[in-house]
Amino acid sequence: MASGEDHVYEALRTIVGDPFVSRDREELYMYSRDPGASIPRSADWVVLPSTTDEVQKIVILARDMKVPVVPISGGLTLSGLAVPVKGGIVMDMRRMDRIIEVNERSRYVVVESGVSQGKLLSFLKENYPMLRHSMPDAPPSASVVGNTLIYGSGHLSKHGAHSEMINGLEVVLGDGEVLRLGSCALSPYWFGRGPLPDLVSLFVNWFGTTGIVTRLSLKLYPSHPLRDMLIFLVQDPKTIPQAVSMITSTDMMEDVLIVASRPPKAPSVISLLTVYLTAETHEELDFKKELFVDMFKDFGQEGSRMVFTPKEMLPQKLIHGFMEEPQYAAATADFKKGGGFEYVGVVLPLSKVPVAWKMGEEIARKHGFDPLYTVRNVGLGHGVVFAFAYPFNRADEESLQRSRDALADTNDMALELGGTPWKSELEGQAKIMARMDPVVLSVMDGIKRVMDPGGIMNPGNWKHG
Amino acid sequence: MALDDFKDVIHRCFRCGYCKFTSNYTDFNCPPYNKFRLETFSPGGRMWLIRAMMLKDIEPSQHLADILYSCTMCANCVEECRFKFHDDIVDIIMEGKASLVESGMVPPTARDFFKNIYLSGNPWKEPQQKRGDWARHYGIPVYKPGDEYLYYVGCIGSYDQRVQKMAGAFGQLLLRAGLSFGILGEDEYCDGNEVLMMGEQGLFEYLAQKNIELFKERRVNKIVTLSPHAYNVMRNKYPRLGGDFEVVHYTELLKELISSGRLKVPGGRKIKVTYHDPCFLGRWNSIYDEPREVLESVDGVELVEMRRNRENAFCCGGGGGNFYTDIIGGGESSPSRIRVREAADTGADIIAVACPTCMTMIEDGLKGEDLDEKIMCNDISEIVLDAITSAEEG
Repeated sequence: MASGEDHVYEALRTIVGDPFVSRDREELYMYSRDPGASIPRSADWVVLPSTTDEVQKIVILARDMKVPVVPISGGLTLSGLAVPVKGGIVMDMRRMDRIIEVNERSRYVVVESGVSQGKLLSFLKENYPMLRHSMPDAPPSASVVGNTLIYGSGHLSKHGAHSEMINGLEVVLGDGEVLRLGSCALSPYWFGRGPLPDLVSLFVNWFGTTGIVTRLSLKLYPSHPLRDMLIFLVQDPKTIPQAVSMITSTDMMEDVLIVASRPPKAPSVISLLTVYLTAETHEELDFKKELFVDMFKDFGQEGSRMVFTPKEMLPQKLIHGFMEEPQYAAATADFKKGGGFEYVGVVLPLSKVPVAWKMGEEIARKHGFDPLYTVRNVGLGHGVVFAFAYPFNRADEESLQRSRDALADTNDMALELGGTPWKSELEGQAKIMARMDPVVLSVMDGIKRVMDPGGIMNPGNWKHG
Repeated sequence: MALDDFKDVIHRCFRCGYCKFTSNYTDFNCPPYNKFRLETFSPGGRMWLIRAMMLKDIEPSQHLADILYSCTMCANCVEECRFKFHDDIVDIIMEGKASLVESGMVPPTARDFFKNIYLSGNPWKEPQQKRGDWARHYGIPVYKPGDEYLYYVGCIGSYDQRVQKMAGAFGQLLLRAGLSFGILGEDEYCDGNEVLMMGEQGLFEYLAQKNIELFKERRVNKIVTLSPHAYNVMRNKYPRLGGDFEVVHYTELLKELISSGRLKVPGGRKIKVTYHDPCFLGRWNSIYDEPREVLESVDGVELVEMRRNRENAFCCGGGGGNFYTDIIGGGESSPSRIRVREAADTGADIIAVACPTCMTMIEDGLKGEDLDEKIMCNDISEIVLDAITSAEEG
């Protein structure tokens, strides 16, 4: 008689067919870790479904066998969210990579959960050049659905975080039920979430603990033929809130991003504020540029100015990198020729940027790092995502540990400032929940019990007590 | 090189995944990853597994061997990886395979491949004395000292009936151009490129030394190769072993012969042609223009590009010994079938190839897709020769 493990394996083979299921140690090794600093955790099976029907069958199998299921698509959260906490089946969604529909007039796209950011970007450029989605600064292999469900943000940040761009979902619950949420619950159209009781949020930032999303409708936005940027040297981070507030009050930018790093051989950290602009005509673009350059001509005092820096004065490689879609943010991994980095991203009110900047510097120095920040405006000054990054050398355990320690201190600092850590690893989740109202925690538990009565959906995440 | 030489590099792979894509991210361009979709079969996955093997976190196994040997060495990862160590990726995978050879843990088909080449000089155990038989039909001479070029044909060109026609077509063009050249015939031996790519470094050195000695003994200065694989190894690897010859690929020589007027190409029939870039000519050696220029020199040829071309060309799936080991062959998602579908999308009458391996793979792909009645697979020499003979026949 087959053991439980063998039964699961054979049943998975029946559902998806060879070679899309594995329990070989090579796959288990790979799916037990991600590129971040988290300590590996074991997986037992890896499976790659190609349809919602297969996802449903796998979840029902897992429910019946009381085996955890952990979905992964891009696998690039860096915080171990797709690495099993309690073993079980890792469900790699990347065979589900169809772009189902683009609705040009209503400006949305319906994608399966394995569609990569790169694929959607190139598909829209080729087939719908008048439309674009908000591209995060993640590698092209990052998934559209994964990034959207974990509150990613990107090049159209003026419209808010990507989670706010969801029109609807198809999702498989822990008991195997398949739901469609949003307007698609009533019609063939995936154009919006309201005016209905909003159940979409029950799957946003829940890290797969309430269900596995198989399809998602994402808002698209007009794509203008001209795109450019302005760069300002930030002399004093204390001025950032005012500057971002002034920029966003015009509603004329596409994205505002501040990066701070210490380039090789530079004596200190250099902070640059970039304003991304798009336009229909050169006249429009010139007008916008002039507006922002003028805006900062008399800004601040000596030592606290935003110094307009023409692109020609900066290394062209840097400019190319800033303009690229997606930006090559993974370069951070090789800053120390070490192959890894992880960051704490914190959603903060704009006003808290200067203090977070200062405290982040202290944490970085304490653990032997130079500050390495990106701060992205989200909305029209409604908040920022502040990322504190810590590159490490994967071949050096001490270096890895220093990053983990710095990440832990940064989580504490972020919470202390009233911020919300973004896509937190298990330790970060625990710290967030320690500050939550017990009633909220109890409601969260109740929701999970309804959606996932068997407790099989990425268990261990958002788990307290 | 040895795997240990990469110990300061291998951990630097972040697994960001650029290596899987074309440069504009339209498609997965790593053949094994595209087929299996498991992260282990991506270039980054292989890097992490090889490192795990170095750290003894995992032991060599048949499955690991399948993962590493499924790599066609197409070098898309080298092209697309954004890190400074990108040139090392294929060398690391090659050394990973070498470690498996040392531990005796290679796929059975790879083991047969090595054994047959060692014992018979070719992967199919064909008799050595028959290696040059194909050439008699075309009147292609045997190389003698003083000839300008050694025409190195390679294993597939010597023994595969379809590819023999390709070899013959090029030989006939050389005869028409009045070049002094010859083949080694029964003295020709495997060039060793695939053996090297599959990690059997001892056997590679044996083959390379044997060839270098023979070439020197025959006073060879210039070599023209039918195969981009032979071109690669003779041009880039033989010099380190003392084999310093002037090596050209046949498309380079054809271009020179046509542009110098030594080979006259009159107009042929009107045909729509799409060109499939071989990895060892394109990504490995940056030869993209010459084959296209030869095709465009044929009046009547309309050259149309596949969606993935030049640096972004999708591999036929035959490199790294996969034309023999067949680890990623079979089914609709086999690279050759994907590639011929892409070619069919262009509306081309002919898929032009410049590589014996590609020719066998594309032919298989056409049959698998039931397209062999609709699209022909021709080598560039065949297209040029056809234009010449058609004009002669009026």
